[in-house]
Amino acid sequence: MQAKQYIRERFFPHMWCAGCGHGIVLNSLLRAVDQLGLDKNNVVMVSGIGCSARISGYVDFHSLHTIHGRALAFAAGVKFSKPELKLIVPMGDGDALAIGGNHFIHAARRNMDITAIVMNNRIYGMTGGQFSPLTGVDKNTSTTPFSNIDNSFDTVELATAAGATFVARTTTYHVLEMTALLKKAIEHKGFSVIEILSQCPTQYGRKNKEGDAPAMLDHFREMTAKADSEKIKKNPGLISRGIFVDRSDKPEYCEQYEKIIQKAQKAIKGKQ
Amino acid sequence: MARPKLKEHIINRDWCKGCGICVHFCPKNVLELDSMEKVVAVRPGDCICCRMCELRCPDLAIEVVTDQDVKNE
Repeated sequence: MQAKQYIRERFFPHMWCAGCGHGIVLNSLLRAVDQLGLDKNNVVMVSGIGCSARISGYVDFHSLHTIHGRALAFAAGVKFSKPELKLIVPMGDGDALAIGGNHFIHAARRNMDITAIVMNNRIYGMTGGQFSPLTGVDKNTSTTPFSNIDNSFDTVELATAAGATFVARTTTYHVLEMTALLKKAIEHKGFSVIEILSQCPTQYGRKNKEGDAPAMLDHFREMTAKADSEKIKKNPGLISRGIFVDRSDKPEYCEQYEKIIQKAQKAIKGKQ
Repeated sequence: MARPKLKEHIINRDWCKGCGICVHFCPKNVLELDSMEKVVAVRPGDCICCRMCELRCPDLAIEVVTDQDVKNE
């Protein structure tokens, strides 16, 4: 596989459980980066804490494994100092929207050129299967043994409302679509969010009796449909996939910041 | 372009965790898990090189090599 040049083979086999969707995200991401022909010296992957965050250790880009929920803040720092680099920030559902909820919405508001990948497996897998803000009502987890009563976020609506200029959703079943959307998200100038529904057969699947990894992937096929398709019009209860926002009318943050630097330098020169 | 013909399935047995995703989604039923719960290509003659096993493998453990891959190298 051509894309294998982008992994650190010495750390394989990886630590994710058998059938974990995060491995499929890694697989598709490597192909996306390979198809875009990116130089690995120009890509920086910044991650927080959790199963999802471990992805940064397996890729042969520049990588930062930072603190829980704050990966976007670290990524913003990297982008500020070297705006020419491509920033990819993989996050779990809890990492992105619970612990890092504030960082997430403000990064979207600023429109800095970062690609945020929300790997949504609807649970905190690494720490024992606690519920997250994306678990959903009536689902069972180790901390909601009599079912969850918390309403969940809609990542796409949240990112759109917060001002992200590229928002998409796909699943680990739809691998070709995932690679295509990842390519678009990485190429997009501005803050791009891509939510990927990922299976956790060990924690979420087991507690909710969704079966093994192949059964959970089949479930992703059944419960989602392309946005604006006939299928979703007939079944509004399904989760829509595809691109929801793709706009280029908002200025990118680092470019705006560079203008402020120029203005300030002019003002100082005027005083001298 | 001619349809790609299978050369071989490269299976990394050290990386395979036996989750069965490739076995389940193979449209031609080429793959099976052996007694060690590792994937093996038991009917390679039926393979149509769709690469659905390779693309969905969470462990990057299976690769479909075709005659066209060899030519491109």
